[in-house]
Amino acid sequence: MIPAPFAYARPTTVDEALQAIAEGGEDVKVLAGGQSLIPVMRLRLAAPETVVDLGRVAELRGVREEDDAIVVGAMTTHADVLADPLIRQYAPLVAEATATVADRQVRHRGTFGGALVHADPAGDLPAVALALDAEFVIVGPGGRRTVGASEFFVDYLTTAVQEGELLVEVRLPKLAGSWGMHYEKFNRVAQAWSIVAVAAAVRREDGRIAEARIGLTNMGPTPLRARQVEEALAGAEATADAVAAASQHAAVGTDPSSDLNAQADYRQHLATVLTRRAVSTAAGL
Amino acid sequence: MTRISVRVDGASYDDDVEPRTLLVHYLREQLGKVGTVVGCDTSNCGACTVHLDGEAVKSCTVLAVQADGAEVTTIEGVAGDGSGNGQLHPMQKAFHEMHGLQCGYCTPGMIMASLDLVKENPDPSEDEVREGIEGNLCRCTGYQNIVRAVQQAAAEMRGSDGNGNGHVAPAEVDTAAAPHVVGQA
Ligand SMILES: Cc1cc2nc3c(=O)[nH]c(=O)nc-3n(C[C@H](O)[C@H](O)[C@H](O)COP(=O)(O)OP(=O)(O)OC[C@H]3O[C@@H](n4cnc5c(N)ncnc54)[C@H](O)[C@@H]3O)c2cc1C
Ligand code: FES
Ligand code: FES
Repeated sequence: MIPAPFAYARPTTVDEALQAIAEGGEDVKVLAGGQSLIPVMRLRLAAPETVVDLGRVAELRGVREEDDAIVVGAMTTHADVLADPLIRQYAPLVAEATATVADRQVRHRGTFGGALVHADPAGDLPAVALALDAEFVIVGPGGRRTVGASEFFVDYLTTAVQEGELLVEVRLPKLAGSWGMHYEKFNRVAQAWSIVAVAAAVRREDGRIAEARIGLTNMGPTPLRARQVEEALAGAEATADAVAAASQHAAVGTDPSSDLNAQADYRQHLATVLTRRAVSTAAGL
Repeated sequence: MTRISVRVDGASYDDDVEPRTLLVHYLREQLGKVGTVVGCDTSNCGACTVHLDGEAVKSCTVLAVQADGAEVTTIEGVAGDGSGNGQLHPMQKAFHEMHGLQCGYCTPGMIMASLDLVKENPDPSEDEVREGIEGNLCRCTGYQNIVRAVQQAAAEMRGSDGNGNGHVAPAEVDTAAAPHVVGQA
């Protein structure tokens, strides 16, 4: 199938994009890499009146350093994220998770910002952004605002980005040195979404785990933090036993769905196993 | 209608397209480049893979308007001088020699994805080939001979030009007969 007809706008700046959205009528969709939107439009699950293509908005692309953060433009493609030296140095968790997204063709087009705004529960980057305490910079007719990761993911496929607004960039705190990170993804076939996945960042100090940040993929309508595991790990000895004991709490407070790939209780089991693996690897155990 | 200018397999085209036109349909139906095929409705199969400014993409998941100003290479621009009439590209030859196809439906996309992989990694291991072509599905071969073909082609490409660069730069072609061609760069 092909998409239903729509009007097409191709702005070259963020201001032009906001104007095109404002003038686009009732149902306007922003087009980033199109790797989620075009399939949905082909199936006529979305039939926007106007599509505003961000492909030529150069200011939304690229990664830069800003004090104690790195700033990733919303239109930076998955492939560009994978090749970026700043990401590799300060946010290797992002690179590791991005490498598991889809396949090379999709990674050439799909964008960091698009994957976060799309907020598919099985998407790999939302849990990573949540674990890293990323900050989201959103612009709209009312100006510019910054939203923390815990307020960004609101519900199933729903974020703090309102109609008429754009995600412009994401700030990731620089975590390097004593931080170790790992993304542990479980799926069964090539180019598949996560059945469950776990993003872990762990800071070690003198044989102990000083701090752990853990994000869960596909354990509810939004990405979740495994807070109970984080609390159990804070100050714990960096041993396999301590990590295994703490990981038993990984499914607490989660609300996974049942589907063709897995039942909810199996997902909860996977969360504990994958958390143990993710934290162990991140802690260098 | 939106006006677009694209170079496809070495020739320049200026055309009016509906914004909803998928790149693969523009290639097949407006330009007659039927070497690129459609195998699914879900962006999974990779049969439609082409290179957009040198990078493999699924042309069923790109709008023709998004390709405005870009260079597209399809399976038809890979052989010999880019006109599709010359010698097979080492990747095509390897698929032939290693029996990397049965029905052949996945082959155009497999070859375009494999060229993209070999450009990035001129000497891929078996696992790296399997991962590199994970975006392409084959319902016939079981992949064994496809993996062998990609490795054989990679070896030949490393040997022949010394740098293993798999990017296929389309050559100039004579497009005087094609009505929608307005010029060649
Ligand atoms: C075969 C296949 C397999 C995949 N597998 C995975 C996987 O394993 N893991 C995974 O995480 N993802 C996967 N994806 C999805 C992929 O990561 C997409 O790239 C991503 O979900 C959407 O990014 P995009 O840039 O293509 O956005 P688009 O499809 O262009 O947009 C998605 C949505 O976000 C909105 N949007 C995009 N950018 C902005 C912005 N800056 N401001 C406001 N709104 C915006 C759009 O309006 C749209 O509603 C897969 C996709 C395919 C086709
Ligand atoms: S036709 Fe494009 S991925 Fe199947
Ligand atoms: S040869 Fe038939 S699908 Fe691959």
